[in-house]
Amino acid sequence: MQSKFGLNRTRMTQIGRISTDPCASVPSVKSVFYHTIFLSVLIEDAWRCLNDIGKKPLRPDYSIILDWIKNDSSVLDLGCHDGELLSLIVKEKNARAQGIEIDEQAIYKCVELGLSVSHQDIDNGLSEYGDESFDYVILNQSIQQVKKPDVVLKEALRVGKEVIVGFPNFAHYRSRFQIFFRGRTPLTPSLPYEWFETPNLHFLSISDFRDYCQKQDIRIKKSAFIGNNAFYGLLPNLFAQTGLFLISKYLSR
Amino acid sequence: MTGTIVLESLQNVKLAQSIGPVGIRFFTFASSPDELILDSGEKLGPITLAYETYGKLNAQRTNAILVLHALSGDAHAAGFYSGDDKPGWWDEMIGPGKAFDTDKYFVICSNVLGGCKGTTGPSSINPATKWPYGLDFPTITIKDMVKAQKHLIDHLGIEKLLCVVGGSMGGMQALQWAALYPEMVHSVIPIATTLKHSPQQIAFNEVGRQAIMSDPDWKGGNYYGGAPPSKGLVVARMIGHITYMSDTSMSEKFGRRIKNGRIQSRFEAEFEVERYLHYHGDNFVKRFDANSYLYITKALDYFDLSNGKTLFEVFKGIRAKFLIMAFKSDWLYPTYQSKDILKICKLAGIEATYCEINSTYGHDAFLLEIEEETHLVRHFLKKVFNGYAVQIWSK
Repeated sequence: MQSKFGLNRTRMTQIGRISTDPCASVPSVKSVFYHTIFLSVLIEDAWRCLNDIGKKPLRPDYSIILDWIKNDSSVLDLGCHDGELLSLIVKEKNARAQGIEIDEQAIYKCVELGLSVSHQDIDNGLSEYGDESFDYVILNQSIQQVKKPDVVLKEALRVGKEVIVGFPNFAHYRSRFQIFFRGRTPLTPSLPYEWFETPNLHFLSISDFRDYCQKQDIRIKKSAFIGNNAFYGLLPNLFAQTGLFLISKYLSR
Repeated sequence: MTGTIVLESLQNVKLAQSIGPVGIRFFTFASSPDELILDSGEKLGPITLAYETYGKLNAQRTNAILVLHALSGDAHAAGFYSGDDKPGWWDEMIGPGKAFDTDKYFVICSNVLGGCKGTTGPSSINPATKWPYGLDFPTITIKDMVKAQKHLIDHLGIEKLLCVVGGSMGGMQALQWAALYPEMVHSVIPIATTLKHSPQQIAFNEVGRQAIMSDPDWKGGNYYGGAPPSKGLVVARMIGHITYMSDTSMSEKFGRRIKNGRIQSRFEAEFEVERYLHYHGDNFVKRFDANSYLYITKALDYFDLSNGKTLFEVFKGIRAKFLIMAFKSDWLYPTYQSKDILKICKLAGIEATYCEINSTYGHDAFLLEIEEETHLVRHFLKKVFNGYAVQIWSK
């Protein structure tokens, strides 16, 4: 069960500590304390599970982005698809939201969710917005699909005080194996398209993005990675399937 | 219908009933000495506006929607007159359970100033001469039409309109409403329209006007009591009709089909497209006044919302939410014109939704792409009426 706010990992450590605690036959103050925490965590989790019955588990990238966005902020989502993330942001963060999306059918879904969306190309849909007219500009799983990522990123950094970028990591070990051993264009959960049907125009790795930010004098304020084994936090460029970055311009320099 | 959207509303649309029998009403104002001062500086009065309403105004008077018609439209937007089987021009959009749901909203539509369907226009009697105005009727603009409608809305006791909506010339009026009375407009739906008439649009209108004025029956506009300039008006309407369609929609509708399937006559209407244009031109003459056509097309051509100011100045006071719609195959009001509306909304910090509907019907699409328009309008109105309707968790 996916927790709503990605707290599972911290809870797991607490539970782990309990298991190593030597329990005496007479409960000590310490063990009562730990058991209380353990129980309250269990109850809370059970309550969440009950609440989540019948609901789609939240996508991990969505929960990270939701964590990063402050309440009552203004958000521009570039490539907002059917508006799922944007409407979550509106609901959870009370944000003033605007989306840009190229697909007509997705526009109908966004409008159904009560969102304001422009049916436009991201590559030339930003010039009318004033400098820093949004607290956040989101480019989640869309930067690799635009014609000129460099131009779009610079525009996003102009229009937004902060920019959230999320993209599939091309240097994930599975991609590397598939290229190296099979000699084939990689097909992974985060890059699921065959070469002839992929909407992705650019392929970048987490290290590529970090290098780009350094060269372009872009500050990486926060980063998060999504992967399916224990090492993705340690060596994200090898083990993370998705990288997420909260970036801004260096204003102090 | 090019879209393949599965609409939860589709069934509702089919089940939706027409509003049923409706009646036209009249409101007269601007009697001497309080004549309406027009954009041109001239005075006009008294003015009668023909209008229809559908649905019920709620106690808080917050559910009123003003529907604005295009060049050849009138106040009869929905329902049927008793004994008539022809519905109003936007009947598919207005009625119980439809996009403009008359179970929820109070919908108003009035014939524009300068029109010929009950509102004061060049064919109305000039009180000074007891004879139709003809060319004594003053020049009018889109702004004048809106100013006249404002009198009607005041008369109906409505302080703020939930929505102003229209396609083509109706869209221009909707934009003009938001610019002129920003405090009275809660939301705006401009469809297939523009911030200013382009040289190409003016050019087509001028050809139409010249067709009317070169008809010997026009007689300097003073043809009332005799034969109207029918031939000229038919040609004007034919030109109009061509600009409302697209190459694709004409090919699909008519192809090269020819009467009796062979070459025979000398310049009679043989091709199906010719016969269609003649048929609709002839019908148009029966219901439209040639001078009204001159005055209203001129009002269109004068339309420039900026009116000497910058567009930013015009839009900065507007707090209304916008739903802008355009159609890919519309070459008379191309999508760049709707994108210009979106651009100025963005610049002015106005919350706007823009959708470019993939239609092949050309400019006429705003009267034909009912499914897509219904979906967008229904949810947009729900949002502006009730606040955000985010339903993601209930999915």
